[in-house]
Amino acid sequence: MSTLDPRPDALPERVIDSIQRDDLPLADDRSRMKFVLNNMILHIHPAKVAKPALKFTYTWGLGGLAILLVMILVFTGVMLMFVYTPTPESAYADMLRLKTEIQFGSLIRNLHHWSGNLLLVTAVLHMLRVFYTGGFRPPREFNWVLGLILLLLVVGANFTGYLLPWDQLAYWAVTVGTSLLDYIPVLGPAVSRLILGGPEVSGATLTNFYGLHVAIIPLTMFFLISFHIWRVRKDTLTLPRNLDEPRPDRVEKVTTIPHLVSIELVFALVMLALIIVWASWIDAPLEEAANPDHSPNPAKAAWYFMGLQELLLHFHPVFGAIVIPGLALVGLATLPYLRFDTDAEGIWFRSRSGRRAAAIGALTALVFTPVLVLLDEYVVDLPSLLPSLPTIISNGWVPLAGLLLMLLVYYQALRFVFRVSACEARQSLFTLLAVSFAVLTVIGVVFRGEGMALMWPWEVL
Amino acid sequence: MAEQHTDNKHDDNTHDQTTRRDFLKLAWGAAGLLVLGEGALVAYKFFAPKVVAGEFGGVFTIGLLDDFPPGSVTPVTAGRFYLVRLADGGLLALYRKCTHLGCAVPWDQAEGKFICPCHASAFEPDGDVLNPPAPRPLDRFAITVVDGEINVDTGTAIQRDHANQSDIVYPSAEVSS
Repeated sequence: MSTLDPRPDALPERVIDSIQRDDLPLADDRSRMKFVLNNMILHIHPAKVAKPALKFTYTWGLGGLAILLVMILVFTGVMLMFVYTPTPESAYADMLRLKTEIQFGSLIRNLHHWSGNLLLVTAVLHMLRVFYTGGFRPPREFNWVLGLILLLLVVGANFTGYLLPWDQLAYWAVTVGTSLLDYIPVLGPAVSRLILGGPEVSGATLTNFYGLHVAIIPLTMFFLISFHIWRVRKDTLTLPRNLDEPRPDRVEKVTTIPHLVSIELVFALVMLALIIVWASWIDAPLEEAANPDHSPNPAKAAWYFMGLQELLLHFHPVFGAIVIPGLALVGLATLPYLRFDTDAEGIWFRSRSGRRAAAIGALTALVFTPVLVLLDEYVVDLPSLLPSLPTIISNGWVPLAGLLLMLLVYYQALRFVFRVSACEARQSLFTLLAVSFAVLTVIGVVFRGEGMALMWPWEVL
Repeated sequence: MAEQHTDNKHDDNTHDQTTRRDFLKLAWGAAGLLVLGEGALVAYKFFAPKVVAGEFGGVFTIGLLDDFPPGSVTPVTAGRFYLVRLADGGLLALYRKCTHLGCAVPWDQAEGKFICPCHASAFEPDGDVLNPPAPRPLDRFAITVVDGEINVDTGTAIQRDHANQSDIVYPSAEVSS
């Protein structure tokens, strides 16, 4: 009898024990580790972590911040779903209602808007941090790829969300953004028609984007984020090292509770406070209601696509929208599978010469990107210099080949004049391209005004 | 049973014989692929865009030939196109969507050309590119003239690499045919 009903008088305790199996409060390290293993949420963490890996100025808490932002986005997003109808007739009116009628409507919309944008920034910074500390090297190759896919999903979530307010900004940014698809050979027009639900951005597009934004993308992200964090646990954290410091033989390990969890919670609270202050202060933009008959001048894509839109002003669209971004993505996904000739895991920028090479890359990009943009804008006109060739060659293959040649010369010069290792040269090249993209984005956002002409920032506004 | 045991080791000796086990594996695999394929087809058909009759995508009857004097460009907002009557009397229906990145291209009467506000592409009245980045002339819709009445089919935007004389519809020829 006793095995069937061990404690006949203690029903409340048995109910609690059936939910929470470990005895609280946690008395010793063993029970703290067991708690992590038995807890559904905490078990994506290891039971113990290496103490050096907890150094805040190593990770900057960027992965954790991304998770916090995703949580804010889920909560505020679900709230917004209750007051928003995705039809051209009511979407914009719902935005106005959020601003005027619904209590805390602006706050929730602002939180959602800014968290979404900040998530994109955070994800990119997280990726840069992992890259510059060598955290993508074996055995963590696949987690880098997962992170890359997650980054694309974050871009997708931001882009689909951009349409939902159904204002002029939304309508034309999405028109411009989806028109890029038309340039993909063979499949492009069909894919564009499918996701737009017709030939142009319309009510059908709003329905499609809403479904993608509130269901398909978040669900996919949920599984991939879980996978990503679980892989971090399986692959273990990289350990920060100083320049020329050898890999440690033995590492002190501490229990995840309280050492990691307390840092995470405090950091989350501080960031949450900052984001709420920001969202209370600065309103998410909202322009007039969408008008399919009238494109605003200039019609700009969302800021995270402005680097691409800037490329489009200089290259044939197939190259600006498809070939160059495609090459960049393939390059990023291939990075962890290349051969490594420097032991640099955990060292910021690999080594002393790695730091120098990276700085050279950044400086080169800061100088040459604006120069090339200005040259192409005012001096060189390839299609009229090569009138016999179709523009896909004169404004596509020719400038791309020129740029690739310059990059090749740059890489070889680093390798054989400055005598840096292949890893360090690749890092320098990565820095050059990343800074170039950042410069293009800044040019597109700040220096492009009416008719997408170059002008000073104060003339743009 | 004994036979099944030897089947398990078929890799070692026989290669030219398909065992019952192999066949079943293949059949289950094929069934799985079939389900995936069917699912993809159903999903594609389910999500495929639908054209509503009488809206953009259908045929527009926009009036009599005489309503559009030679040398005029008239926007038909609901159909998202311009009816262009060239100076020589020829007709063209031009889709207003810029061939560069899809902005709505307005007609500039003073300049006598279409100028896109987004990236400054410019087009001739017949749709030909005056100024890049637009990669090709404005798309056109098919025009039929029946008893002097102009019909424009917005179902398919016809893409073209260059503006051709053959794109232009001359009403007299249309009536006689």
